Amino acid sequence: MSSQKKQLIRIIAAAVFFAAGIVVKQFSADISFIIFLVSLVIGGADVFISAVKNIFKGQVFDENFLMSIAAVGAFIIGECPEGAAVMLFYQVGELFQDYAVDKSRKSVSSLMDIRPDFANVKHGEEISKEDPYDVQVGDTIVIKPGERVPLDAVITSGFTTLDTSSLTGESLPREKEEGDEILSGSINLSGLIEARVTKEYEQSTVSKILDLVENAADSKATSESFITRFAKYYTPAVVIAAVLLAFVPPIFAGFSSLSDWVYRALTFLVISCPCALVISVPLSFFSGIGASSKNGVLVKGSNHLEQLAKAKTVVFDKTGTLTKGVFKVSRLVTNNCSESELLETAAYIESCSNHPISVSVTEEYGKEIDKSRISDCEEKAGHGVTARIDGKVCAAGNLKLMRSLNIEADETATGTAVHVSRDGKYLGYILIEDEIKPDAETAIEKLKALGIKKTVMLTGDSKTIAEKVAEKTGIDEFHAELLPADKVSKTEEMIKSEKKNEKLVFVGDGINDAPVLALSDIGIAMGGLGSDAAIEASDIVIMTDEPSKISTAIKISAKTLRIVKQNIFFALFVKFAVLILGALGIAHMWAAVFADVGVSVIAILNALRILGYKE
Amino acid sequence: MKKSFRLVGLDCANCAAKMENAIAKIPEVKKVTVSFMTTRMTIEANEEDMPDIIEKATQIIKKYEPDVEVKRG
Repeated sequence: MSSQKKQLIRIIAAAVFFAAGIVVKQFSADISFIIFLVSLVIGGADVFISAVKNIFKGQVFDENFLMSIAAVGAFIIGECPEGAAVMLFYQVGELFQDYAVDKSRKSVSSLMDIRPDFANVKHGEEISKEDPYDVQVGDTIVIKPGERVPLDAVITSGFTTLDTSSLTGESLPREKEEGDEILSGSINLSGLIEARVTKEYEQSTVSKILDLVENAADSKATSESFITRFAKYYTPAVVIAAVLLAFVPPIFAGFSSLSDWVYRALTFLVISCPCALVISVPLSFFSGIGASSKNGVLVKGSNHLEQLAKAKTVVFDKTGTLTKGVFKVSRLVTNNCSESELLETAAYIESCSNHPISVSVTEEYGKEIDKSRISDCEEKAGHGVTARIDGKVCAAGNLKLMRSLNIEADETATGTAVHVSRDGKYLGYILIEDEIKPDAETAIEKLKALGIKKTVMLTGDSKTIAEKVAEKTGIDEFHAELLPADKVSKTEEMIKSEKKNEKLVFVGDGINDAPVLALSDIGIAMGGLGSDAAIEASDIVIMTDEPSKISTAIKISAKTLRIVKQNIFFALFVKFAVLILGALGIAHMWAAVFADVGVSVIAILNALRILGYKE
Repeated sequence: MKKSFRLVGLDCANCAAKMENAIAKIPEVKKVTVSFMTTRMTIEANEEDMPDIIEKATQIIKKYEPDVEVKRG
């Protein structure tokens, strides 16, 4: 039987005796005394034992000891029902707290359930069950329907649908087929697949997420540290006040009133434990982090939740954050040649390079490149590519490249344009576009609705493209043609001009975003396509790369902070009210315990509300 | 180096805070966090000092909550 169940039985037994005592008190005070004593012993046995043990360890301000004094003290001054009631209510409160903490620990550890226990590794024709830690990159694994994908891999045979909700918060199953990447931690739904492992377990997605979530609870928010410090002083202060209250007034009012003042002092002891605060504040942040995870947003620490709630400025990187980061040919503008000629020449030249823009051109061409026609490939950073195609000198790149070759290109080309020349003749240019993410506009809308004062976009791309993106998405301000160092200095500028309680959020994905992510108040990285450096430097990771999740994260942080504040004020208010009423002799001991337990229960329930956050 | 432990049976939030403060006072400890919610304790210190620190930390933990089991994890 679990220790919680045992405790519940003890409490019920004590409660029964207590009730019996109340009834018997009507007839015989002496017998009821014994019954209440039995109730006290059953209900308080573990408390008394702990109290004694802890005194020997030098711990005087231990809540077990203080509660024991309160209960026994009540008996000594003749208030037996009160003494028994105090112990009973205290135990009920403790049990409920244990239950609530257990429940929230379990619900976050159900996130931990994404940990795969085994991998089916194929060696030749045989399949063996192995520990995911032992599987090597390049091994082939088999994943049956219903099983969890154990490692990051690429499908080599079969097709299926995957449930990625534990990684991304998305409930819609994803279709995957040969050649598609699958992530560890997702659940294989429909088909049997074979896949080639691409990352070792320790580098796999599921490992990284587990690490992040586990470490998240370690970074404490300022409210948490405040409460811990408060608790350190609160208990001794209340106890000292109790001692003074018990013995000082009788000196003036006469010793006959001693038991009255002792009673009031015992009431103080009952409220000397700040448990409601010490539990509910971390619990709130823990729930906030859990709620974010469920929505596909990984928050690396409670302090980030605190900061995010104060966000007033959101700065975006463009490529990969607001746009998909995947370049595509959008238009061909020719100059005395056919479109197919322009494209073919460009594709052959660009096949020399791996730059995303070059890749988009060769992809648009689609046909196989005959390498024998190409020679003398040369890539010039910041300019473009030159090569000899069929012996003729050809070039593909920006206006700088064309000017350096003395070729008159179309200077009116706006946006990202790849100008092409062959044999000194200008063939025209190809326009490349980067698709804006479908939810980028909604993302900005939602942020403004939340009260974000300024949205800014920083990019190294051209002004025309930046303008277009800014217009389409509704961003307030943008700065284009920036070098990575410019992004850093621009962000530093904005942070300096911030008001005291307003925070700046930077959202990015690339390697060059890492320094800006690190220096912003809150750095958010795109977790799916984002670079490891960005994810490492950030405070929050969005698993689905959707910018609209930023507002989700802000809403959850705001809710969390709100509930933390509610709990702190409520708990402090009730405690001080009871202290005053107790000192004045208005509040009874059992009422004080009731209020204290009640506050704990309400604070904990309030904190658990955060877990239920839904879009 | 950083080492993590699970404090199985950690029941009292106040005790977790007191433990953290007490362990932080051990001179060789660079940083320590005890999270009541995840029952995890993470200690940062030099590799040579670790075994000694772990012993002292375990004593401190037993002092505040004798029923807690300190496990690797």
